[in-house]
Amino acid sequence: MGTLAAHGLRKSFGKVQALDGVTLDVPDGSFFVVLGPSGAGKTTTLRAIAGLEKLDAGSVHLDGRDATGDTPAARDLAMVFQNYALYPRHTVYENIASPLRARRCSSSEIATAVEQMSSLLHIERLLQRRPAQLSGGEMQRVALARALVRSPRAFLMDEPLTNLDLKLRVEMRTELTRIHRSLGATFVYVTNDQVEALSMADQVAVLKEGQVQQVGTPTEVYERPANQWVAAFVGSPPISLLACRADGDRLVGAAGWTLPRPRWTTAEDGRQLLLGLRAEDLSVEQRGNASLSGELYGLEPLGDRTVVDVRVGTEILKVKARPTVTGTPGERLQVTVDLDRAHLFDAGTGLSLSEAGR
Amino acid sequence: MAVSVDEAVSTGPARDHTPPVRRLGGRGRSVLEVTLLTVLAVVMLFPVLWMIETSIKENRDVYAIPAKFFDFKITLDHYKDVFVNPDGGRSALSVSFLNSVVVAGASTVLATVLGVPAAWAYSRFAVKAKKDQLFFILSTRFMPPVVVVIPIFLMYRQVGLIDNKLGLILIYTAFNVPFTIWMMKGFVDEVPAEYEDAAMLDGYTRLQAFRRYTLPLLVPGIAATAVFALIFSWNEFVFATFLTSSDDVRTAPPAIAGLIGGTTTDWGLVAAASVVFALPVLVFAYLVRKHLIAGVTLGAVRR
Ligand SMILES: Nc1ncnc2c1ncn2[C@@H]1O[C@H](COP(=O)(O)OP(=O)(O)OP(=O)(O)O)[C@@H](O)[C@H]1O
Ligand SMILES: [Mg+2]
Repeated sequence: MGTLAAHGLRKSFGKVQALDGVTLDVPDGSFFVVLGPSGAGKTTTLRAIAGLEKLDAGSVHLDGRDATGDTPAARDLAMVFQNYALYPRHTVYENIASPLRARRCSSSEIATAVEQMSSLLHIERLLQRRPAQLSGGEMQRVALARALVRSPRAFLMDEPLTNLDLKLRVEMRTELTRIHRSLGATFVYVTNDQVEALSMADQVAVLKEGQVQQVGTPTEVYERPANQWVAAFVGSPPISLLACRADGDRLVGAAGWTLPRPRWTTAEDGRQLLLGLRAEDLSVEQRGNASLSGELYGLEPLGDRTVVDVRVGTEILKVKARPTVTGTPGERLQVTVDLDRAHLFDAGTGLSLSEAGR
Repeated sequence: MAVSVDEAVSTGPARDHTPPVRRLGGRGRSVLEVTLLTVLAVVMLFPVLWMIETSIKENRDVYAIPAKFFDFKITLDHYKDVFVNPDGGRSALSVSFLNSVVVAGASTVLATVLGVPAAWAYSRFAVKAKKDQLFFILSTRFMPPVVVVIPIFLMYRQVGLIDNKLGLILIYTAFNVPFTIWMMKGFVDEVPAEYEDAAMLDGYTRLQAFRRYTLPLLVPGIAATAVFALIFSWNEFVFATFLTSSDDVRTAPPAIAGLIGGTTTDWGLVAAASVVFALPVLVFAYLVRKHLIAGVTLGAVRR
């Protein structure tokens, strides 16, 4: 078992409201990612679940039992800290062994477990070193090993891969997903990297300023963002947002363009809207069912594709194109839009208006 | 503060980050420096030298006029007199030294045992009106002993702590605890709280986490703080003079001072007793000097 539920977590540090009613329901065995920008309250959420932070309000349930007042040790969770928190005076071996020592395992059990973990994370060579003699990436792996060495109710991981170089990060991503699957344990994984979130998660909770914006599978969060902010935060290149209003069966852009109004919107005429268009739903090579005209603003070749920046009025559209695309800035362009995949948001509240008819 | 905890507690020699910048160059500087330092050294060390010389001179050389600097006969009689009576048996001075050891040692241990956990608590926990409490604690050190010695004398007389070693231990502890809390809070602040958080998730209680992972990192700070507390208790004169009277209880400072005066003063004995009195602190400070330097520089700057 390893279900984990946090309800209405509130925590303020002086004037800063770090958590403003955070509710998360983590099913047993899931890889649950908390995604949010710096300062969103991700670390505070994890610390609250771990019992390291005294809450102003809210409750934490572990395996269905109220654990709000329990000590961290009693909660039986393991955590990878954002800054590793490796014990500076102890060797790597002792660092990894610490959770087992605390639980009075025999030294032969400890030796076996540490050996197994260190070979899994490729840190066998480092066992006799001290944390000060490790690189950032090595420290991160030792911190992971210290968490993974025992079988707790759930693993809490605070941005465990951010300090690795890109290659190692991608490797470790796969490795962690594999470990998760083989352990079948519950993971709560915090990150500010949306690629990590989308590629690893069973469930993603998007956090902003201490409030959960949306919870869903990676596909749901990407395809049906609950609001403008989630749409803009998730996805690379970021979604293009164009100001417009509904007018009969048309959408009229603030920049003067018009597009047919998607059938599924419920917005009444005259309402101020934001039209969200993802780069892959736009094209500079004729294909979709509607088009916008603009001028080429810039090209961003990324190897497997090129992102074309097109200026429509004062707004920039990011359009995904084949890597072979060429053009000169200032050149007039037609951008075709796949309106069936477009998003509409209320310009005032930012909430999505796309859900109803889909 | 640029010194990290790891660095400050490392057992290797301290790293020189930047060589000191010299503003004046050439030979002139070194001659000036050497001259000034020599003058300073002579002025500072002459009394010490004179004390040591006096302690090993025979009595007639001690009083000789003009004073003898080099051509005197060396004797260790004064040192013998410090420890044994002329009629055999322990001297009153040796008893007072023992008292000093007991009083200074016990009050230092007590202050450390009480002050270190208190400092940890002030550093780690949200305490109501923390700043006011800390200021209040510090304020007990604002007044010099001589200001409070009369009221304390009266209180001690009520509870029977006059002329009692326990009385001295308690008052020295009371003076050292605030100092220990303030010094140690600086050190504890430097140790990231995450070590304890991690240990608690490993399965330790908060106190175990403190003992296992934070306390070892505080050793240099504790050493530095304890040396200062010890020096205070060892050297303390005012309370010792007012609160004790009998030879069995007296500590060394008033006992040595008591040798001066009367019809004749045995300066050789005074000097020998003073040397014996000065030695332990010197030796102790020398033994922990590495920790002392790390400790003093680390605690000196608060973030
Ligand atoms: N101990 C603290 N004292 C005061 N403010 C704090 C403390 N811890 C966190 N905060 C504040 O609470 C907010 C949330 O912090 P938190 O560390 O949870 O963010 P985060 O999402 O983990 O960010 P990052 O991705 O940068 O790690 C921030 O505004 C932060 O400044
Ligand atoms: Mg964080």
